[in-house]
Amino acid sequence: MSTPHDSSLGAFQDAFAMALLAPAPHAAESTALAALTRQPGFAIYRNTVLKGCIDALESNYPTVAQLVGVEWFRAAAAIHVRAALPVEPTLAHYGDGFEAFLAGFAPAASVPYLADIARLDRFWTEAHVARDEPSIMAADIACLQPELLAGTILRPHASARWAWFAQHPSFTIWQRSRDAACGDLSNLDWRAEGALIVRPALQVRWLALDAASHAFLETCAAGNPLAAAATAAFTADARADLSALFARLLEIGAFGLITIPDPTAKEDLP
Amino acid sequence: MDHPPSAGLGLKPQHYEAAEAACANGLWFEVHPENYFVAGGPRLAWLGAIRSRHAVSLHGVGLSLAADADPDPAHLDRLAALAERIEPCMVSEHLAWSQWGGSYRPDLLPFPRTNQALLRIAANISRVQERLRRRILLENPAHYLRIDGHDWAEVDFLCELARRTGCGLLLDVNNVFVSAHNLGTSAEDYLDAFPVALIAEIHLAGHSVDLTPATPLLVDSHDAPVAGAVWALYERLITRIGPRPTLIERDDQIPDFDTLMTERAQSTALLDAAAQCATHAQPALA
Repeated sequence: MSTPHDSSLGAFQDAFAMALLAPAPHAAESTALAALTRQPGFAIYRNTVLKGCIDALESNYPTVAQLVGVEWFRAAAAIHVRAALPVEPTLAHYGDGFEAFLAGFAPAASVPYLADIARLDRFWTEAHVARDEPSIMAADIACLQPELLAGTILRPHASARWAWFAQHPSFTIWQRSRDAACGDLSNLDWRAEGALIVRPALQVRWLALDAASHAFLETCAAGNPLAAAATAAFTADARADLSALFARLLEIGAFGLITIPDPTAKEDLP
Repeated sequence: MDHPPSAGLGLKPQHYEAAEAACANGLWFEVHPENYFVAGGPRLAWLGAIRSRHAVSLHGVGLSLAADADPDPAHLDRLAALAERIEPCMVSEHLAWSQWGGSYRPDLLPFPRTNQALLRIAANISRVQERLRRRILLENPAHYLRIDGHDWAEVDFLCELARRTGCGLLLDVNNVFVSAHNLGTSAEDYLDAFPVALIAEIHLAGHSVDLTPATPLLVDSHDAPVAGAVWALYERLITRIGPRPTLIERDDQIPDFDTLMTERAQSTALLDAAAQCATHAQPALA
């Protein structure tokens, strides 16, 4: 938060910054500020700031914009911008409060999965700009001695983002909206589902997660060995096909670090 | 990259592939470093690939040198890291502010050019140059407001900042044209007063007209080709001072890469002609 500045440059910036976000000049303005805000040129700054922020949100949340239409999106974004300007000039990072804003935005209530879509757009951007890291390949696992597999720990890839959507098939909606320009949302199977978004090399990729895969990934992310991840997967779904699930996660590049237990170390017994 | 930078283009993501493949003497590219303050991924990979074939300049929009505050140390660290990685041919910023009170506004905001502002901005430029261990260039912004309380004319203010800090100047001819129209001053007078020896780079861009006010305003919108009147000012300038690295900015309504290269060719033709004139006031600074 800004603190009041006594210097005239700082005072100018306090007043100017405040007036930029006000919808119009108001009576309480100081004479000096009013001398600026009443000039037509002040609106250029006001419009440029607002447009720059809304453009950034539209660019960072393209699937939300596609679902609700650009006009609705920009009107909603303008409300969010006035409440939450960017905190840094790297606008690829702007909008981390947009999902929460949409979740509480009454006019969006008729599209109850909209906040989920915002989260998936956010995941995509975060994956796109994440740290580069090679993925663990199926071959890395295949060369392990089988008795070490249960104690091996896999950490999700630096770019991996995943979620479970308990209420709506939000990932299917997101994926269909993104894949096809028209976004055919007919014949949706209305059930819970999960999603993983990851960028193993230079392309962002995504994968639907069932309950078992999601539990498996969550357990790995918490630093547990593969045996525990397998147990979690079976707990989530007793009929889970563990080897198929694991192969899918490896194939998409979901893991970035492998820790193999030292076979010479004594096992700690509880 | 055997040729020194002549005319360059602002680099847009939709042109990465064409920019990497492009081949023209003295072609260079400029980016906003803030768009590359990311941990990894395709943006940085593309910038590195393009840098391996062309000179690249870093043109900042977010350092907020004219804010009454120290430059953000984290921003400076990221800029220094990117400069180390990219080895830019030039690093520049604006005589403006955008970060204030913990927020960033994507614009280049004005202020009264007071003696107090001079001290603050000189200190901020020095801090940036010390951190980057290199000279930066400072750009004249576009103006839309008549502000009371200036102690300095803009050209004198820029000269004094350069004298105190050793920074160079980036002269944006479109901003001069837009500001002169909006403030009712003379673009020719401004350019004639601008210190020739300090001009290390020139910017050209298109502008638009805002018809809302009774007296229409020009907006530095970067969404159109460079206007004829701006080309004329540019030709007059470089005929007098000699060629300088010149960058054409386009940030909205972006055409295909070849269209921008054609516009660039207009600039290189004028630069070549200017180089033929032997009577320049000052040589260009490296």
